[in-house]
Amino acid sequence: MEEASKLSRYLYTVIVLFVIWLFMTASLDPQELAFGFVLSLIVAALTYEIFTTGGLSNLHPKKLAYAIAYIPYFLWAMIMANLDVAYRVLHPKRPIRPGVVKCRTVLKTDAGKLALANSITLTPGTITLDVDGESYFIHWIWVPEEALTENDEEHVKVTSANITNPFEKFLKVIFG
Amino acid sequence: MNALAIIGEALVFIGTFFYFLSALGLIRMPDVYNRMQTSTKSATLGSLGVIVGVGLWAVGLGYSPAWIVQTIAVAVFILLTNPISAHALIRAAYRSGVPLWEGSVVDKYGEHIRAKERDNVESPETVPEEGGEE
Repeated sequence: MEEASKLSRYLYTVIVLFVIWLFMTASLDPQELAFGFVLSLIVAALTYEIFTTGGLSNLHPKKLAYAIAYIPYFLWAMIMANLDVAYRVLHPKRPIRPGVVKCRTVLKTDAGKLALANSITLTPGTITLDVDGESYFIHWIWVPEEALTENDEEHVKVTSANITNPFEKFLKVIFG
Repeated sequence: MNALAIIGEALVFIGTFFYFLSALGLIRMPDVYNRMQTSTKSATLGSLGVIVGVGLWAVGLGYSPAWIVQTIAVAVFILLTNPISAHALIRAAYRSGVPLWEGSVVDKYGEHIRAKERDNVESPETVPEEGGEE
């Protein structure tokens, strides 16, 4: 992604910081709002260069809509996976078949890859061990039979369909 | 006592239940990787339930609505930072040579590292600096 103009990046940082301030103070008192706004302006001036490369284009309505839709989708996936791991912990036979698998992603940007790695780690049963280019190495608590092939391509296809693809639908739009 | 307080209490209860499960998983799982699976994960949902539940509970008891907003902010920061520490821990474990459990079925990361090392020996000048992918 090419870098946006300095002003756009600065304004985007101010907006994000101010929204965080709103959440942290949880108050609509004009004095607090004004002080938070001034602080946002100062902090953004110091940090916008490392904070963002996309600038205001990150606030495109389509991206925002996908980001908001991603929250319940992700929470649901997390709860289901939590129940799955809970079952493995409680079952007397401890039905686990762990392994380190390889996945491939279609995401291009660093922010998108970070978000995908975090989403995978937060979903129980999978932890991102390492990311190298477009390959993800993931410790999986229950590797399905189909993934146990010698053929590398097939292995990556099965694991990607199970782990990365469900999140990528959303992250592709949000982060590009 | 009203509906919000009851939902909050239920969430706190569910959260503590997941804390219990992650502690149990810590004992039952065979190696460090599977222990990370249960501990970090259930702790996330456990913390999420407890923190958001406390916010709802407090609002239900008549405290200011700021409680729920701030607890959600705390939960969001936990969601953003927890996976990074989990990833750092498990990667450090792997890199320092902790073996996978003998029941593990596949280790693509080990194959990848060995393949990279082979390439390194054959053509050291074309391989990029290690650790620069963050």
